Amino acid sequence: MALAADSPPLAAEVTGFLTRRARWSLLEIAFWLLALASIWVFPSKHLILTEICIWAMFALSLDLILGYAGIISLGHAAFFGFGAFAAGLAAKYGYIQEPVIALVVAGLLAAALGFATSFLVLRGSDLTRLMVTFGVALVLSEIANKFSDITGGADGLQGIEIKPVLGRFQFDLYGHTGYVYALIVLFLMFVLARRVVRSPFGLSLQAIKGNALRSSAVGIAVNWRLVAIYTLAAGYAGLAGAVLAQTQQFASLEMFSIDRSADVLLILIIGGTGYLYGGLIGALIYRFAQDFLSDLSARYWQYWIGFVLIMMVLFGRVFGGILAALIIGVTVWFKLDTGTSLLITAATLLVLGVVREPLLKWTGSRWRRALAGLRRKPAGTSTGASHAGRA
Amino acid sequence: MLTILFDGVAYGMLLFVLACGLSVTLGLMNFVNLAHGAFAMAGGYITVVVVNRWGVPFLLGLPIAFVAGAVLGAVLERTLYVNLYAKPHLDQVLFTIGLVFMSVAGVDYIMGSSQQFVNIPSWLEGQINLGGVGIGRYRLMIIVLCGLLTIALQLILAKTRFGSRLRAAVDDQRVARGLGINVGAVFGLTFAFGSGLAALGGALGAQILGLDPIFPLKYLIYFLIVVTVGGTSSITGPFVASILLGIGDVAGKYYLPSLSAFVIYSIMIVMLLWRPQGLFSRSASR
Repeated sequence: MALAADSPPLAAEVTGFLTRRARWSLLEIAFWLLALASIWVFPSKHLILTEICIWAMFALSLDLILGYAGIISLGHAAFFGFGAFAAGLAAKYGYIQEPVIALVVAGLLAAALGFATSFLVLRGSDLTRLMVTFGVALVLSEIANKFSDITGGADGLQGIEIKPVLGRFQFDLYGHTGYVYALIVLFLMFVLARRVVRSPFGLSLQAIKGNALRSSAVGIAVNWRLVAIYTLAAGYAGLAGAVLAQTQQFASLEMFSIDRSADVLLILIIGGTGYLYGGLIGALIYRFAQDFLSDLSARYWQYWIGFVLIMMVLFGRVFGGILAALIIGVTVWFKLDTGTSLLITAATLLVLGVVREPLLKWTGSRWRRALAGLRRKPAGTSTGASHAGRA
Repeated sequence: MLTILFDGVAYGMLLFVLACGLSVTLGLMNFVNLAHGAFAMAGGYITVVVVNRWGVPFLLGLPIAFVAGAVLGAVLERTLYVNLYAKPHLDQVLFTIGLVFMSVAGVDYIMGSSQQFVNIPSWLEGQINLGGVGIGRYRLMIIVLCGLLTIALQLILAKTRFGSRLRAAVDDQRVARGLGINVGAVFGLTFAFGSGLAALGGALGAQILGLDPIFPLKYLIYFLIVVTVGGTSSITGPFVASILLGIGDVAGKYYLPSLSAFVIYSIMIVMLLWRPQGLFSRSASR
């Protein structure tokens, strides 16, 4: 601050930089207009779109800690489930009748839980973080299971009756109200998240992700920044869970499971981390891919999910994703039965693993540079200032 | 009371055999392998197929499971894992979760989702009475077998040339490489051996832990507890950790059935807070 006051041109430059970073680009506006239009364009798809919105909120929350602060979590579902049960219980036992207030309260409660557990996450390496986050989710799941007379235990929380939103808009069977509700919540969450990550605070998080030791050397209070973003992300996950409980009028122990934590990780990875839209786009792709894959083989769609994950790790997010889609496409095209296609993909994977190095070399640096450009583009368009940052 | 202690020790020994491969992987290459349980599951299912369907004697089925697991581990290590050592932890986590998903669905397809049991020979069933303490024969065999294995492992690690290479590589990979140790080969061998041990553990544990397609996810947390609490610098650490975990878990299930999982996880979290690098590890971290 003192530095900025001493040299006005620098202060102006910094302000200009931050303002440019925060500007909404045309692409972003178009994205949200499209989302808004979907309300009228796809009225028959509102149920699935609501689900996508909820996944998007959840992935957005994970992006805050993974994409911006570099915290790997294997138990983010803890807060999701907590929010869902908070909202569900509030409605079922009539503590809070009004959905919006219940939603906010559920979010705040999840954030409080996030604050309490954030101190566990500060310690140790990636592996310790993985375990602690995983452990927290397991503990919550156990607690919910223990108090099965309140939470419904393995059967889940049933018989939730949600009152009309703002006392006016009743949730209907076709999910129209639910979708508009979820979309508005998602948008508000997104705007806030965008504001947060584009602020100096967001920049400091990225610095911590880059190198925690150096960030503390330039005067960033590493631990408190991490606590703050973890708390916010937990609150976000809680909101996502609460919206799910309200729109589906149901909450279950499955919401705490590692499957859910892994799914949201996958969604974020599909969409890409660190530019906020990743979770939204990822949720869209994931939900439709899930539909497609369960049509393919209802019981084994997780196999394909795993396959896509591995391909994305081995060959880069974009190239690997396309390659995986191609291979799955081939098995569909030739109408292979489940066993053959499982076998063929597994064999292909092994072969691809062996030829990966030469293959990546062969595709050449130029092709890879083009890909890297593609991959950066979404981030570039949304910041618009990455050039300025480099200059 | 003594029976619980005995069961706990057997359980812990089993966990040790299952998880010690993981601790080496983690310590040597700093590789987060969440798919370790998949190898154990593979071992269990191979034993089921070999013993139940082909009529191979149970005691012969165990080495078959070990070899099959080791081969599987070696193949996957050479083809897939080897691409990931230099990648960040996030990629390793994603990759191994993907592997778990594939193995879960694949096994579900081949073997069905119901729980499987290995036909164990009749002389291993039932209990023997030792001074008023009922001791399950199967568990006794596990303790003897795993005890011998542990001693053998310790001897290999402490006395053989390969063991000293491995220890050198764990201590400081760079220097070990500089001394002419082929760290990649040491690692490949160890990985295969660790997978083989996991498969053996899966084969032995099919009866006690239960064998179904979600095995790798169900026991993932136990493996991770053993490794993180025990540390990765020796095998004594994981050994003590698994025995403690085994006794704690069995006792917890017996005395506080509704709270046991809760207690275990909470203890784990507290432990990690207290000693993030593991109970028995040196304070140096990499």
